[in-house]
Amino acid sequence: MKIAVCVKQVPDSWAEKKMVNGVLDRENVDAVLNDLDEYAVEEALRIAEAHGGNDEGGPHTVTVISMGPERATEAVRKALSMGANDAILVSDSALAGSDALATSSVLAKVIAEGGYDLVICGTESTDARMSVVPAMISARLGWAQLTFASHVTVDPAGKVSITRVTEAGVDQISAAFPVVISVVEKINEPRYPSFKGIMAAKKKTIEQKDLAAVGVSAQSSWSQVKDATPRPPRAAGVKVTDEGNGGEALVNFLVEKKLI
Amino acid sequence: MSNVLILADFSADKATKTTAELATAAARIGSVTAVVLAGAGKGAALAATVNQGPITNVLVIESDDFANHGVPASADALAAVIKEKSPAAVLIASHAFGKEVAARVAVLTESGVITDAVDVAADGTATQLVFGGSTTVHSKVSHGVAVITVRPNSIEADFSTSSPAIENGAASISADAKKATISSSQPPVKGGRPELTEANIVVSGGRGTDGNFSAVESFADSLGAAVGASRAATDAGWYPHSHQVGQTGKTVSPQLYVACGISGAIQHRAGMQTSKTIVVVNKDPEAPLFDIADFGVVGDLFNVLPKATEGVLAKK
Ligand SMILES: Cc1cc2nc3c(=O)[nH]c(=O)nc-3n(C[C@H](O)[C@H](O)[C@H](O)COP(=O)(O)OP(=O)(O)OC[C@H]3O[C@@H](n4cnc5c(N)ncnc54)[C@H](O)[C@@H]3O)c2cc1C
Ligand SMILES: Nc1ncnc2c1ncn2[C@@H]1O[C@H](COP(=O)(O)O)[C@@H](O)[C@H]1O
Repeated sequence: MKIAVCVKQVPDSWAEKKMVNGVLDRENVDAVLNDLDEYAVEEALRIAEAHGGNDEGGPHTVTVISMGPERATEAVRKALSMGANDAILVSDSALAGSDALATSSVLAKVIAEGGYDLVICGTESTDARMSVVPAMISARLGWAQLTFASHVTVDPAGKVSITRVTEAGVDQISAAFPVVISVVEKINEPRYPSFKGIMAAKKKTIEQKDLAAVGVSAQSSWSQVKDATPRPPRAAGVKVTDEGNGGEALVNFLVEKKLI
Repeated sequence: MSNVLILADFSADKATKTTAELATAAARIGSVTAVVLAGAGKGAALAATVNQGPITNVLVIESDDFANHGVPASADALAAVIKEKSPAAVLIASHAFGKEVAARVAVLTESGVITDAVDVAADGTATQLVFGGSTTVHSKVSHGVAVITVRPNSIEADFSTSSPAIENGAASISADAKKATISSSQPPVKGGRPELTEANIVVSGGRGTDGNFSAVESFADSLGAAVGASRAATDAGWYPHSHQVGQTGKTVSPQLYVACGISGAIQHRAGMQTSKTIVVVNKDPEAPLFDIADFGVVGDLFNVLPKATEGVLAKK
């Protein structure tokens, strides 16, 4: 099997994020591998390992695909140190500020060229929080969509079955290769890169491509931010210590606020 | 006057409150047609429940492909309607299903998409609260039809009764959209309490409940509230996953959010910090959630909540 995992570098969840000229300022914050994408990397490795592994010369490969600035190599390297085989990073100044539609068109083109059987994504990037890129990739490629998976089984003969968990309930869904999967965080426990894995990742190939090399032209974003204003941070209000009357104090607060 | 589509949102075969919210926002832009995607023979019954909010027309499309193929089939059918009607905008509920339908519709109709809007203006400008509610953003689709997903419980709905004209349309679904097949579906278990994302008040419990949600549930019931849970509580199997609030659970934005025995990890905050009023009960005075609480009680939830429940019931 040829497996691709889409990973994104995002600002650290705890970092203060700012908008500059309508786009997220990615320069001045600590950046990390989107934590939901670690589950995607882990699941790709587990699927390969369940069927003979992805060691050199082995039957399967796991390729990391990312679109982002050059410093996204750090996030990609982390996925490689977990055990993925190689990576493709699309970086181009024309891609700065891309929306999900532009991102998905670039990723879909890279995926189409690679001849993969499975593409695995996270369910959401922690910065954009859109949960749309996997569905867009599926629509662009015309591949089956198996998203929000809490469980994946792969028959290497070419059939994938998942359990989809969303607010609408639990569905059992299956499809034949090639498929686009997204995984929820309940699916597995991502491994920590081992020392050996970190050393090995240094030698793995990250193929950097610009738009011309991918073969798509830059698509401008189809939605525009008109303005972005920081909201006043929530200030801590009253804090009381319960000495038997905490419940009463709480009720009084609710009455005062006309909440009851 | 321009026309606007909404994708009618249903739960247990009834139009949700969210459907009226979508209609209310859409009516600012133009005359509203609600698209009802239904199983074969089920359209009329579903359409009959779409009777609240400023809805002028209901377009019923029936096909068993919706149940058998899920998001891709629904998106194909909606995209076909968009191509035929060229609406000014399409409003869809912002949950996993709605966002994925929006994603595919945007690709199929070459349109820009905005997710998680908390408000939509007459000119199609959407308001979003991003970065954990720390920033308000106004944005607008600049290509194709404005595809906007709207967060439940964000828009003050006009619940006036409507009697829209009902028409039927044909489902147009491609072979690609049928490549994945749903073999079984289990709807979420519904208790007697309000729906989390629609509730005015949410009372949530975390690891601090130590698996005993009775105090949380009793307090919730005294307030007519929905019950939520942190991931620590859903992971431990103490409460169903469908009640998880947070980044990988539901985003709620009620009038009042009461967090009990929840520390306030960033992933939990991501799902609740735009609540209008936040109350925290936690025995650790250093719990980070106190930093964003309008009112905090440092104490044991098993002591505080029963007294608060009594107090609320006494006021009624
Ligand atoms: C990828 C990812 C996604 C995640 N998504 C989510 C998500 O969607 N939602 C979510 O909630 N979390 C999520 N998490 C987990 C999150 O990081 C925290 O681990 C989780 O929110 C902690 O839950 P908690 O506050 O209940 O538990 P803890 O952090 O253990 O806090 C328990 C609190 O209860 C207090 N307490 C204990 N006993 C009592 C008592 N008797 N009375 C009063 N207070 C008491 C303690 O002082 C403590 O503050 C995610 C994590 C990851 C890595
Ligand atoms: N720039 C990107 N590069 C690679 N993968 C991405 C990128 N953006 C999004 N993805 C994938 O799509 C998933 C959902 O992202 P989003 O739709 O932005 O919330 C992520 O978890 C990633 O797997």
